[in-house]
Amino acid sequence: MIELKHISKTFNKGTVNEKRALSNLNLTIADGDFITVIGGNGAGKSTMLNALAGVFPVDCGTITIDGVNVTMEPEHKRAKYIGRVFQDPMKGTCAGMQIEENLSLAKRRGKTRGLGWQLKAEERVLYREQLATLGLGLETRLSDKVGLLSGGQRQAVTLLMATLQKPKLLLLDEHTAALDPATAAKVLKLTCEIVEENKLTSLMVTHNMRDAIAIGNRLIMMDNGRIIYDVAGEEKKRLTVEDLLHKFEEASGTEFANDRMMLGN
Amino acid sequence: MGSLQSGVAQGVLWGIMVLGVYITYKLLDIPDLTADGSFTLGGCVTTVAILAGIDPILATLMGLGAGFLAGAVTGILHTVFEIPAILAGILTQIGLWSVNLRIMGGKANNPLLKADSTISFFTDALGVTQSQASLLLGVLLVIAVILILYWFFGTEIGSALRATGDNEDMIRALGVNTGHTKLLALALSNALIGLSGAMVAQMQKYADINMGRGAIVIGLAAIVIGEVLLGRAKNFGVKLFSAILGSIVYFIIQALVLRFGMDANDMKLLSAIMVAVALAIPVAMRRYNTKKSYVEYDLYGAEAEQKTGGAEK
Repeated sequence: MIELKHISKTFNKGTVNEKRALSNLNLTIADGDFITVIGGNGAGKSTMLNALAGVFPVDCGTITIDGVNVTMEPEHKRAKYIGRVFQDPMKGTCAGMQIEENLSLAKRRGKTRGLGWQLKAEERVLYREQLATLGLGLETRLSDKVGLLSGGQRQAVTLLMATLQKPKLLLLDEHTAALDPATAAKVLKLTCEIVEENKLTSLMVTHNMRDAIAIGNRLIMMDNGRIIYDVAGEEKKRLTVEDLLHKFEEASGTEFANDRMMLGN
Repeated sequence: MGSLQSGVAQGVLWGIMVLGVYITYKLLDIPDLTADGSFTLGGCVTTVAILAGIDPILATLMGLGAGFLAGAVTGILHTVFEIPAILAGILTQIGLWSVNLRIMGGKANNPLLKADSTISFFTDALGVTQSQASLLLGVLLVIAVILILYWFFGTEIGSALRATGDNEDMIRALGVNTGHTKLLALALSNALIGLSGAMVAQMQKYADINMGRGAIVIGLAAIVIGEVLLGRAKNFGVKLFSAILGSIVYFIIQALVLRFGMDANDMKLLSAIMVAVALAIPVAMRRYNTKKSYVEYDLYGAEAEQKTGGAEK
């Protein structure tokens, strides 16, 4: 179980650019929850994910993962609990390193790295099997540089890397937003398969309301650094895009001014 | 032939420094200016230690260790106190100038005279000249260093270090403290640079407060030359070797231009121009090609087909 208790974060404190990104945020994530996160630009979706990952220290509140208080742990220490896929396909992999090297770096997420050899023959077999499950033909290209892959392929590899060492929490930050619609659909399908198969606890930020409704067992809507709507189970399944737009107006008192979201593309 | 042979020997011994620069510049993308100071530091520490009666091999290792510490200082300034890498390197380098003078007891020059060194061991045992012995020992050392680096960068820690240079955010998200990897890289790099300074001082039989001036530029020039010669190589071992080859070619060029009567003091200008040109050419080429390939008509339309006679189809 993962708990966020009254988390607040203000960026650029005391300057003209001061921005309260998270404002008394409370969230309890049960094991096995697959939560989709929606909200307008600047609502705090990515900030919440980054706070969980420890990209920056929060101003107040506590973050606990399975009872361990990780609030003040730096990003690299928290990495043992958390797998991440970023919006930018370039960000999740090392372009200048081979596919198998990238996977072997991810295999050791949160483990102590020593002077043992990085690429082990028995691990290579595992990587080939795992790559085959992506269905992209990458299993024959283990020693290719990741920089040779397309954005979609890189995102699929990043997804595999994030889950190679089963994380307590998988953070997906609009990980299909930079891909073309067909590739995005493919990566999203892979995401659902991997999450279901490994029963991963996941948070997925998306701009696509239809996806947000269709995927996962719980949906949260954010505005102004807070969670303004939290729905799960049957009630979530019955939601429509119109319902969500209505909820947003009701809860935040403004219109949902985001074309990308309105289109539900 | 003598000056060419000593040029090759110099190239090999300075090549160890180039490997150090390679770690920071090519693997971490940090042009580390500590080099100028840590190279001299290696020479100063080793010559002083030898004159104090310490075994030459141990004295050489002390030069290496001193370089390691100098790199660690830059690393701490950069990673713990978040001082930009270039500035952190300059600060250490400037500080080392005073430290080096102190080590040499206030003298700008510290001659080894008749004292034994790792190189004189070879000249005595094999009856070869100073530059032949330097070359022999240099080649052995370079082989050892390349083997160790090849092994190290294949280990888990070494791979994490390479990944830090490639994509810092990614490897941090995978649980690596990138401050530590950068610190380690800077320390290792300067350890090699210190070792190189220690060997060069023993070859020329003195340490000098200015012996490392421009070392970073020589290192970059050698890397650039090596890339021109062996740029297509994919194997990491060959890449490391290309740095050594670049260093040897650099010192051969230096020996040649000096023989043709160029003032030795102009060599630094030549190196600087060489590096600047090598870095500028790809940018200039890109601009030129973009401009040259631009056409006003629709490149993929009917008009284009007329102009090329449909040749592209």
